[in-house]
This record gives sequence, structure tokens and C-alpha cells, in this order.
Amino acid sequence: MAISEPIVLPHATDEVRLARTWAQPRGFWGWFMNVHHTAIGVRFMVTSFIFFLLGGVLAAMIRLQLSRPENHAIGPDLYNQIFTIHGSTMIFLFAVPMMFQGFGVYVVPLICGTRNIAFPRLNAFSYYIYVVGGLLLWVGLFLKTGADAGWFAYTPLSGPQFTPGKRSDFWAQMITFTEVSALGVAICLATTILRQRAPGMTLNRMPIILWEKLVLSFMVIFAMPAVMVVSSMLLMDRTINTQFFNPANGGDVLLYQHLFWFFGHPEVYIIFLPGAAIVSTLVPVFARRHIFGHLAIVTSVVATGFLGFGVWVHHMFATGIPQMSASFFTAATLMIVLPTAVQFYCWIATIWNGRLQMKLPMLWVFGFFFVFLIGGLSGVMLASVPVDWQVHDTFFVVAHFHYVLIGGALFPMFAGLYYWVPKITGRMMNDLLGKVHFWLFFIGFNMTFFTMHFLGLRGMPRRVYTYPPEMHWGGLNMLASVGALFMAAGLIVFIVNFFQSKARGTLAGPNPWAAGSLEWATSSPPPDYNFTELFTVNGREPLWDNAPNQPIVSGVRDDIPEVLITNSLDSEPQHKDEMPGASIWPFLTSITVSIAFIWSIFSPWGIAYGAIPVVITLIGWLWPRGHSPAPRQPALEGRWSK
Amino acid sequence: MEQVRERPVLDVSGLPSVAFGKSNTTWLANVLYMMIEGTMFALLFASYFYLRTRTDSWPPVQDPPLLTYGVINGIVFLLSLIPARYAQKVAPTGDRGRIRLALTGLALFAIVNMVLRGFELANLNCRWYDNAYGSIMWSLIGLHTGHLITEFIETVSILGIAFTPKMEGTRLADVAINSDYWYFVVGSAVLMDFIIYGTTRFL
Repeated sequence: MAISEPIVLPHATDEVRLARTWAQPRGFWGWFMNVHHTAIGVRFMVTSFIFFLLGGVLAAMIRLQLSRPENHAIGPDLYNQIFTIHGSTMIFLFAVPMMFQGFGVYVVPLICGTRNIAFPRLNAFSYYIYVVGGLLLWVGLFLKTGADAGWFAYTPLSGPQFTPGKRSDFWAQMITFTEVSALGVAICLATTILRQRAPGMTLNRMPIILWEKLVLSFMVIFAMPAVMVVSSMLLMDRTINTQFFNPANGGDVLLYQHLFWFFGHPEVYIIFLPGAAIVSTLVPVFARRHIFGHLAIVTSVVATGFLGFGVWVHHMFATGIPQMSASFFTAATLMIVLPTAVQFYCWIATIWNGRLQMKLPMLWVFGFFFVFLIGGLSGVMLASVPVDWQVHDTFFVVAHFHYVLIGGALFPMFAGLYYWVPKITGRMMNDLLGKVHFWLFFIGFNMTFFTMHFLGLRGMPRRVYTYPPEMHWGGLNMLASVGALFMAAGLIVFIVNFFQSKARGTLAGPNPWAAGSLEWATSSPPPDYNFTELFTVNGREPLWDNAPNQPIVSGVRDDIPEVLITNSLDSEPQHKDEMPGASIWPFLTSITVSIAFIWSIFSPWGIAYGAIPVVITLIGWLWPRGHSPAPRQPALEGRWSK
Repeated sequence: MEQVRERPVLDVSGLPSVAFGKSNTTWLANVLYMMIEGTMFALLFASYFYLRTRTDSWPPVQDPPLLTYGVINGIVFLLSLIPARYAQKVAPTGDRGRIRLALTGLALFAIVNMVLRGFELANLNCRWYDNAYGSIMWSLIGLHTGHLITEFIETVSILGIAFTPKMEGTRLADVAINSDYWYFVVGSAVLMDFIIYGTTRFL
């Protein structure tokens, strides 16, 4: 592909035509037909944030119940449902959909410099199916059919013998919905990153956040099937009398734990790595220099992706596994600390050698450093089998994973929101309110969860709905509950700040942070076609590194929604592809798939009969309409024609 | 509105609008999809061998599945690679007649596979509710049958498009990608046959 000398373009790009070509439908039905990644990304973020607030309400109820001994405000049955739905919501309906799908779907195509995500209809379908899965879990709770066997639903407790009724079935099918969603988005993101990067954005120049989303997509692809398999086995044990987890008939309850944690531990990294990627994106922007150790960080992200699959048995130290296994998984667990530590040192070095601007997003990044570090250190303690045995199923573990997950995901999430909301809404968020939010949340969080380390060490088990006064856990529990109030107050400040800023905030302009990646090269919010001009790239921070006369791409049609496809390694232009336009079919397909899934809870024939409308809507989705596709000549010939 | 712009440009107007082979984005998505499904098969295979360790004999009480229909279906699966490969060869030519022929052949093979699969199920010598052995056997073959039916519907749908002028450009690439997916269905069938019909006889 030759780059020409400066020329006068014969057919200048016409913004009006681009806007007409890429316009998404408006109005009530238009909402269900929109397939642009910015709209779907924002929906993922907003919906998952609503689920986060709902999960937070349940957390507040837990803290209310545990605030004093012998409290009977909530009975044991409802308490079981509350902590189960709280955990399931935070993991499956908030953390992954926000950190992987929400941020990924919104920012990845913009950072790649392309006009839409690959397979936009699959992306839209993934959103609707996620919403139905979330509603299923919560409707179950309000119908007194809330899942109550813990967020990992161990057998035999969740099996047909100990949980009759439909509670575990609702949980198991919610898993199917949310994992189908994550898998769909993984395919869209991986393809976008591998094939739609701007020319010049070679793998060597690819921003860390794209590396992380790529690794994450593959982690989702290899991890999520495990939980789909195991939740389907559970559902079949409960509905059609399979015997997978029944020891009396050759089954084994530990098979459940193996399959669940083969998903479950990579899941921790699926939640943490997006947080780390946000930090890797923000630190150079606010340190005003390129990131230190780009290659080391990328290597660490890839290494985490691999090692994340080799540590699942550390969740099972108390199940009586052989000593050799325990030693191996202890070593593997300690090893995975290394790539995370490398990233920490690279962030510190970047800040150390940069000119730090302590703006609001960076406050949350520093909060992340502090909180996640404590979570990491207690994780190293738990990797040791004797310590794990001592504190297994106590509040020490609850403290640990809240430090890891809230530190690793929630603090970076708020950093990311304060950073990207100006791009999404076009307006800056209020700095003072943001700081009030941070300090309320930071202090409240540590009051609540640091306290739990001591509760755990004093023997308080998790998942008990109350405790007797003579255990002397009351004072610390009250402190933890007061901390939850601080966190809630912080969240209220954030919500007020968001709506106030959205209505009256200072206009952000295209690049309020003077950042270097391509999402800041377009207006805030971006138009439906993302970029008027398509960029070529000359460095890892294109807006910092590009030459003044950096070439732009010409020759991509603007009368049809066409994108440029580049190759995976060197980002060389290869061919052009027409994107599918707006369509109601992804929404309709999500409805038919939902009917089949939910029907299967009540009858195994639900899948068989439910498949018929699914096939009809899929054919409706994929059947070619409109103008004929571009002719095959000239075609890029691949291996098939040789 | 004509704008005058004085910047060097990377002119991509001459690039093709269709790609065959691994440059095609749907090809990549199909590979990723096969990774997901392959992981599911791998996890079920792992579960199968894990459950084997939980009992003294394998199968625990039943006879192994009847070999006849499994072997015949395996051979039919392998023969079906011929129309699948033929479809992949003729797709880039855009010859709708030959594409229809290839896809019809592939669909007919899939029908024979499905009928034979029915006989396989009837002769597994176990039910899914008997014990964990029966559960994993039915899950394995059930997962694969789901893929077989999906692939049949996909092939028939593309065959339907091949009877219209819409079978052009990127749709031709879809014909070839469909064959890739069929290879996956055949490959997973061979592996599954080895486990269902082979390991039940010597494990």
C-alpha cells in the first residue's frame, strides 16, 4: 500500500453523507434496532451499573442484619437469598458486563480508529440476552424463588435433594444467559482488535488496553464454557434426573467444583485485568509521558491470561485433595503474583519519571493501588494451605475478595468513568463532588472490609444470618456496617454528580485530558460514524506520536457502511468490508432464545420446541436484504482457491 | 461539498471488497466460535475421564454401546468431507449451479448422519438417568447432535440463498466458511466416537 504525496482529493469525504450512511434509527422501535457500538456500550454500562446499585442494596441489607448480634430483622431463608443474589449480581450482572462488555464495546472500536465494532448485530444481541438473564435472577427473588445456595451454587446443596423447587434452576439459567452474552462480545472484540485496527497500529504499537481486551476475549472464550457446562449439568441433574453430582450413582460433587473454578478463577482475572488496563491507560495520560515498560506490561497481561487457568484448585484446598496437588497449586498461585507485581512497578516507574497531574481519575487510580495491594497481600497469605484451612469460609476470605474485586475493578471503574464520561456525554464531571465521592467511598470501604479480616481471624464464618452476643463480634460488625453507610453516601454523590454534569457540566471538547489514544481524536460524544477521517498511526500514543502530516486513509466508501480490514500482525490494509446495518432481528432473536432457555427450566422439551422460533428469527436475522452485496471481483484470494 | 485537503493519503480505493480464507472476518469469528465449542467438548471429555475414576468398572453396569451404527456413521461423516471440500473449492468461482450441487450433497449427507445418529442413540445401552456414566454419554452425544442439527439448518439456509441472486460477494465466502464448520463437526464426531465406542471397551 503506497502512501502518496500530498494531493487534493477528488472526492472529499462528505460528513453529511457519512452521517446518513451510518445513522442509527431513532424512536421507540429504533432503540431496539440500534447496532452502533457506542449505544450498545453505554447500555451495557448503564444496565450493569443499575444491577450494581441493586446488588448494593442487598449488601446494605446484609450489613443491617449483621450490625448487631441476635438480630432477626431478616430471617435465615431470605438472608440466604440475599447473599446469593448479591454475589451473583455483582459477579455476573455487574463486574464482567461493566468491565469487559461495557468499557470494551464502547472504547475498543474508537481506540482502533474504526467506525463500528465487528459483528454489530451479534453485539446488540449480546446486550439483550444479558438483560433477560439479569431480570430472570431478580424476578425470581421477588417471586420468592431467589437462588439461595451461594453465588457458586455448590452441589449437593444446590442439587435436587437439598434445594427442591426452582431456585437453583433460575440461577443456573441466568448463568447461561450472561455467559452467552460475554462470549458473543468476546468474538466481536477479538475480531475488531485483530482485523480493524488503523493502518500502522502494529501489534508492537497496539495500546495496552487493546492487548488486555484481546487476552481477555480469549480468556472468556476458554473459561466461560466451563461454567455453562457445569450449570447445564446442574440443571439437568435437577430437571431430567441426570446423575452427574450424585455419588450414589457414580457421580461426584467435586466434579462441580473443578468445573466451576476452572471458570471461576480466570473469572477473577477477567474482572481484574480490565481494571489494570484502565490504570495502564490513565497513568501515562496523567504522568504526561509514555508508559514505562510497555513490553513488560503486555507480557504480564498475556502471562496472567495463561497462569489464570492454572490455579483453580486453590479454591478447593479444604476438600481433601492430595498434598502434591495442594503444593502445585500453591506454587502456581504464588507465581501469578509476579506479572501483577511487574505491572505495579511499571506504573510506579511511569509516575515517578513523569510530571504527575493529580486529576480526579488519578485519585481513583491511587485508591486502586492501595486497596488492591492489600487484597493481593492477603491473597498471598491464602495461597498457603495451612492459612487457607484456618480461615476457610470465614470473613477473612470475604475481606480478601472484596479487596481484590472492589480494589481491582470498582476503583479502576470509577477512574475509567471519570475519564471517559466526558467522551460519552460531552461534558466534564464535577471535580469537587468527585473528590467527595472518592473519600466517602475510600474511607467507608476500608471501614467495612478491613474490619472483616479481624472478624475472620476471630472465627466468624461467612453466610451466617446472625450470631450470639457472647462471640464478641458485635463491635466490629457495627463498624463494618457504618462503613457501608459511607460507601452508600459516596455512591449517591456520584449519581448526583453524573446527572448534574450531564445537564450542566463544562463542555469537554474532543480531548479534555490531552490524551494520546484515538478515541480522543473525534468529537465528544462521537457521531454514529465515529471518525470523519480514518487515521493512520505512527506510535503507541497516536495523537502524541503522529507526524504533523500523518497520512489519512482515503478510498473507504461513505455511501455504504464500509470499514477497512487490516491484518492482525502489521495492520496492513487488506480489504474493505460492508458492515450490517440496524436491525430488529437481534432483539427478536434474543426474545426467542430467552423463551427457549426459560422454558427449559420447567420442561426439557422447552429447548426442542423453543428451538423452532429461534431458527426462524435467526434466518430472519441472516437472510440477505437490500442491495446486493459487493461483487466478488476483485477478491482477496485465500487458501480455499489455491 | 468539495473540500480541498492537502495531506498525504493512504489510498485504499483499489482494495477488494470481499476476502476469502483467513483474511475474512467471519472466518475469524467462526474459528473463535469453534474454540468455544471445542472447549465445551474438551470439558465434557475431561468430565468423562474424571467420572471414570469414580467407579470400579466402565461401563459400571451396562454393556458398551453397539458398535455398528457408530462405525457406519463415522464413515459417512468422513465421506461427507467430499461435498464440504467441493463447496469450498467452488465458492470463490461464484458458479451458483455448482455451489447448489455441493450444498445439496452436504445437506443430504447431514440428513443421513442425523438418521444414523437416531440409531446410535437407540443403541447406547444406557439411559441418561441410570447413572453418571449414562449422563455423560448422553451429554456428549447430545452436544454433538446439537451441532449436527445446527450445521444442517445452516447449510440448508445457505442453499436457499444460493437459489437467489443474493449469492454474491461475501455470501460466497459464507459458503466456504460453512465447510470449515462442517470439518469441525466431523472432527469432533471422530473424537467423540473414539471415546464413546472405543474407551468404553478398554478403559
